[in-house]
Amino acid sequence: MRVRAVFCFVLLYFLPAVARADWASVHASGELGWGADLQGGEPYVYESPTQPGVIVGFEVEIAEALARRLGVRAKFHQNDWSNLVPSLERGDFDLALNGLEDTPSRRARLRLSRPYFVYGETLAVRAGSPLHTLADLSGRRIGTLNQTVAQDLLQAQHASVVLYEGQQEPYLDLSRGRLEGVLLDHVIADRYGCDQSGLSCVKQDLARGTYVIGMRLTDVELASRIDAALSQLIDDGELRRILEHWQLWDARQAELRARAPAAPALAVELAKARPALSAAQLGLFFHGALFTILISVCAFGIALPFGVLLAVLRSHGGRVSRFFATAYVELFRGTPVLLQLYVLYYGLSSVIRLGPIEAAILGLGLNYAAYEAEVHRGALAALPRGQAEAASSLGLSRLQVLRHVLLPQSLRIALPALTNDFVALLKDSSLVSVITVVELTKRMTIVAVELRDWAVPGLLCASMYFAMSFPLSRLSLWLERRYQSA
Amino acid sequence: MIRITGLHKSFEGCAVLGGIDASVAEGKIVALLGASGSGKSTLLRCLNGLSTFDAGSLEIAGFSLKPGAQDPRTLHALRAKVGMVFQEFHLFSHLSVLDNVTLAPRIARGAPRAKAEAHARELLAQVGLSERARAMPRELSGGQKQRVAIARALAQGVSVLLLDEPTSALDPELREEVREVLRQVARGSPSAPSAGLTILLVTHEHALARELADEVWTLAAGKITSVLRVP
Repeated sequence: MRVRAVFCFVLLYFLPAVARADWASVHASGELGWGADLQGGEPYVYESPTQPGVIVGFEVEIAEALARRLGVRAKFHQNDWSNLVPSLERGDFDLALNGLEDTPSRRARLRLSRPYFVYGETLAVRAGSPLHTLADLSGRRIGTLNQTVAQDLLQAQHASVVLYEGQQEPYLDLSRGRLEGVLLDHVIADRYGCDQSGLSCVKQDLARGTYVIGMRLTDVELASRIDAALSQLIDDGELRRILEHWQLWDARQAELRARAPAAPALAVELAKARPALSAAQLGLFFHGALFTILISVCAFGIALPFGVLLAVLRSHGGRVSRFFATAYVELFRGTPVLLQLYVLYYGLSSVIRLGPIEAAILGLGLNYAAYEAEVHRGALAALPRGQAEAASSLGLSRLQVLRHVLLPQSLRIALPALTNDFVALLKDSSLVSVITVVELTKRMTIVAVELRDWAVPGLLCASMYFAMSFPLSRLSLWLERRYQSA
Repeated sequence: MIRITGLHKSFEGCAVLGGIDASVAEGKIVALLGASGSGKSTLLRCLNGLSTFDAGSLEIAGFSLKPGAQDPRTLHALRAKVGMVFQEFHLFSHLSVLDNVTLAPRIARGAPRAKAEAHARELLAQVGLSERARAMPRELSGGQKQRVAIARALAQGVSVLLLDEPTSALDPELREEVREVLRQVARGSPSAPSAGLTILLVTHEHALARELADEVWTLAAGKITSVLRVP
């Protein structure tokens, strides 16, 4: 029964909502919905720093210009960038307009407009680096954004690719020595990378590509109207004015006038869309699961002893140690673990330089220590007072009382809760993808994009988590029964 | 021997012990009677440093205790000589009977395991529990638990034994087995290692008090109101 309910839920979640119907519904509602991610930052689509709540960027102006030409209003929809395409397919909005690159796999999945921008793939390196061409990048540790042409280019060169979700972090990691190069669109490189001290950008574009607007395959009429409106913008110079306003107009944009939205002039053959889950991808899933287990086990290895120490300090320490233990617990419980991971990996990178895995383990370990501390404090408080008194009346020191009498008993009381917390940690470990660790959930999103399908990778990922956590849940239940009867 | 001089203790403004002067000669047994809240248990707890006191002084097994917190080293040494048995037994539930008895000799006194266990087995034989050495506390009856607790209190070769209502938490039919062990400990047979113990027994059982003790003290409102020499 429970299995069926879960299955239905999964199905509902992954089934695309009934798509809105083409131009007719846009026209009828008078509203052209377009999706983008504010996190993409300047100059794409972002919140005005001077007027909070106001969305600005060159793509905002393009969206508004297009809507105006179509006689409707443009309505912005915030959407996580990596999920723009699935959200578009679900019918959340009509256009995906946010630095979407023209690639063969997107072409197979979406209806793409003619280009509105030509970008160059720009390589940023540390000053004095010998890396200049794509071929140089083979085997090197290179950062880029997830689901970009740059990612495909790097994979084709067999570079060791490190994937990011934000555009500032790869350059930070490059200057800290965690990467050997960053390959991204010149728009991003110019603003976030090339001008940083110690970094320089290779002058020539390593490849060129275009930004296009993504629409649903079924929205034939909308697509032709968007193309027509875009052509007007290009022909009468409005697009140029917009791009100039954002200091984006350059010699590359001459290619915009080429009428056909030609395949991007990429130097390499891009990977073709793969229709089904391959054995190699399945292997990567297991690899991701292994990382999930590794990170969880090591993080818990930190959290458990540290949590016990904090609990002991809180319940048996002097005033000073009690204060610090309490402050620690409140601080780490009271702030999001995601933020803690960011601070540990990026914020403190000038003080301690941790690798992503080390930072992930330490970050989760320190966070969970706060929770374990509370579990153990409760367990210690649950012990009869007479236990400690009897032990001290026998001449055991305070430390010996803890070590030989109280902790062995409180650990038993805490065991079911600990098992529960470990299951929670197993799933929370997916958060470490924000600091470039590719564990199970991250692998799922990557494969889902490659397969253009969320259902199969999603179910696979879920079943792997389930296979890991279900036995632990049973264990927790068994332990609870066993020690309750004792 | 035990000497109590001008012992005062109050708790949240209430006097629990209001000036006690008394002494117990070496090898003597004193039973302490009195209503609940008369300060019997508090007196016992002061004697082995589980509770502090506000004024007066205590001498016990060759150690002197002063008002306020005691020096941890003094307490450590004192507790090797002064054993305590609690009303609610307080056996360590995660340890077997044998490990309950050997814990303090091994951990607090650094005795080798083999030696501690041999001694523990003698004591368990003395309290009639040789067969239950490997049992866990949850498998024992209340009377058996209290007998283990007595063996545990004696395991360090103490010269003073403090017993805080050792039969009160037991069902009436289980009390006799504990009384029997107490008689044995009090009598001290030539073979028993507990011979010559100074014992302070807090109890509500008047008959037991008169049977075992050399003196019976009665405590009321934190003061000794009568001392009866048992002939």
